[in-house]
Amino acid sequence: MRVADYLRLVVGSMRSHRLRTGLTALGIAVGIAAVVLLTSIGFGVQAFVLGEFSQFGTTILAVNPGRVTTHGAPLGLYGSARPLTLDDAMAIETIPGVEAIVPILSGNAEVEAGPRRRRARVLGVGPAVPQVFRFEARSGRFLPPDDLHQPRALAVLGSELRDELFPDGRPLGRRIRIGGERYRVIGTMEDKGETVGFDLDECVFIPTARALELFNRDGLMEIDILYGPEADAEALVAAVKRRLVARHGQEDFTITTQEQMIEVMGRVLRALTFAVAALGGISLVVGAVGILTIMTIAVRERTAEIGLLRALGARRGVVLALFLGEAAALAAAGGAAGLVVGVGGAQLLHAVFPALPVWTPWPVVVLAQTMAAAIGLLAGVLPARRAARLDPVEALRAE
Amino acid sequence: MIALRGIERRFVVGDQVVHALRGVDLDVAAGEYVSLMGPSGSGKSTLLHLLGLLDRPSAGTYSLEGNDVTGLDDAALARVRRERIGFVFQFFHLVPYLTATENVELPLVLSGLAPSERRERVAAALASLGLADRSEHRPDQLSGGQRQRVAIARAMIASPALLLADEPTGNLDRSSGNEVIRLLEDLHEKRGLTLVLVTHDPEMGRRARRQIRMVDGLIHDETMAVAG
Repeated sequence: MRVADYLRLVVGSMRSHRLRTGLTALGIAVGIAAVVLLTSIGFGVQAFVLGEFSQFGTTILAVNPGRVTTHGAPLGLYGSARPLTLDDAMAIETIPGVEAIVPILSGNAEVEAGPRRRRARVLGVGPAVPQVFRFEARSGRFLPPDDLHQPRALAVLGSELRDELFPDGRPLGRRIRIGGERYRVIGTMEDKGETVGFDLDECVFIPTARALELFNRDGLMEIDILYGPEADAEALVAAVKRRLVARHGQEDFTITTQEQMIEVMGRVLRALTFAVAALGGISLVVGAVGILTIMTIAVRERTAEIGLLRALGARRGVVLALFLGEAAALAAAGGAAGLVVGVGGAQLLHAVFPALPVWTPWPVVVLAQTMAAAIGLLAGVLPARRAARLDPVEALRAE
Repeated sequence: MIALRGIERRFVVGDQVVHALRGVDLDVAAGEYVSLMGPSGSGKSTLLHLLGLLDRPSAGTYSLEGNDVTGLDDAALARVRRERIGFVFQFFHLVPYLTATENVELPLVLSGLAPSERRERVAAALASLGLADRSEHRPDQLSGGQRQRVAIARAMIASPALLLADEPTGNLDRSSGNEVIRLLEDLHEKRGLTLVLVTHDPEMGRRARRQIRMVDGLIHDETMAVAG
């Protein structure tokens, strides 16, 4: 039999049961749409998060107190390791290749401006934040390079915090209280939006030494190190490690490169994406059962037709191919519809909720379509074999 | 043309063995017109199915046109059915979602003939049976007589040597039935077709030159009608 004739027979049979064909294909369509939609959201979130991460620049090292072998949260902050101090930070800054450092300590405190007060995240940081985090002051200036141990009581406001504390829009030079202590506002930051972990727009930035005092801590949470793009990251990690071991007498800290952080994050997000796609896969299985059911019924209903085809000289293989082809075509048609709905739904979702990133990679599209056809074939095997094995005499008797 | 030797066919129904055919010997020459008659359960339909290679004998040999077809595999049997045998059934067995033209060309489609070669043959076959203006109709838009004529056109489209008709008039009114029988006889006479007709209608059976009566899985008696 010619391929064109084969297709014509398969399509002709499908068209003769439009409602049934439509409903069966719908089952697969829902499954494929779910897989494509969920995968699109998964990949979108993944791309978004990784993008957020690397906007800080990929030439950053982070030093945290405490020794960990996996990339979890270091326990050293509360453990027996020696704390990371401002002097450690200063020692790191003199290593060749290091362009800037930011010693970080964060906490929550009450921020008062006249009659207005609210709790806000207080970030104790160094003056190099704009350079290291690519995060500039919008008005005024960021914290000046004061003496690291004796900085002046100056504060810089995140954009949202500025709007809440100073609705009149003129915060520069004004006095505020942070945890009861007086600070002078010398700048406000540009909008950064929600980033990984917390919202920089809702923070107030003060010098690290002041934060250590405010929260009564003797160690930093992290030292971020910016290095030049031409520097050798591994050599730099080794140099930082040598310098700190020399100061602490042991390796009681952890150095993480930005690449490592992104890699770990990426791995977690990929796992999540596949988990979500697998959930969508469940509905695909349901769709496959639908095809199996309908094809089984179709074989029973078309028994006389099968007998006739055999009488007219169709081999068993031809009957098998006709029914397999119909199952695969049902699934492929459903898959194509599901693809359109899935990709369209993802775009629609993105249009309605711009904050929700979506991304449909082409391999996923191809894979979903292949999977649909394969599921159809698989679901068609049993009914098609039944059809091919029917005794033609018995089949002709059915009417 | 047809040579059956010691053909038996047993079915297992539940825990009982039913002997549908108990050793049939039969020779049919090319171009003969044979009617198979007998009460239901006499084995006439089973014999027809065996002749049409839809069923295999439990014992005995069958040679068709000088070739032993008893041991052929599925593909070879399908090929013989496609090229040498035409079937006409009581219930027409037209594919409901195909037009008359598409139904008639089905055997040629299964043979893999190109559409350009099929078109004229199918159109001519339909026209010769007076169905030219029904070619694009589906079976449910045709009368019973028209349906059986489409089925005959389909049986004849591959120019078979042997035409097997299983109660071809059983589902038709008298005038349509007579028309169909005359058509079959016409094909037999004009093309030298070997025609085997199963019927339980004695009047219909008597039209054949050679009449075979079956009882209990055996050929009971044979009558040769006087020429004419």
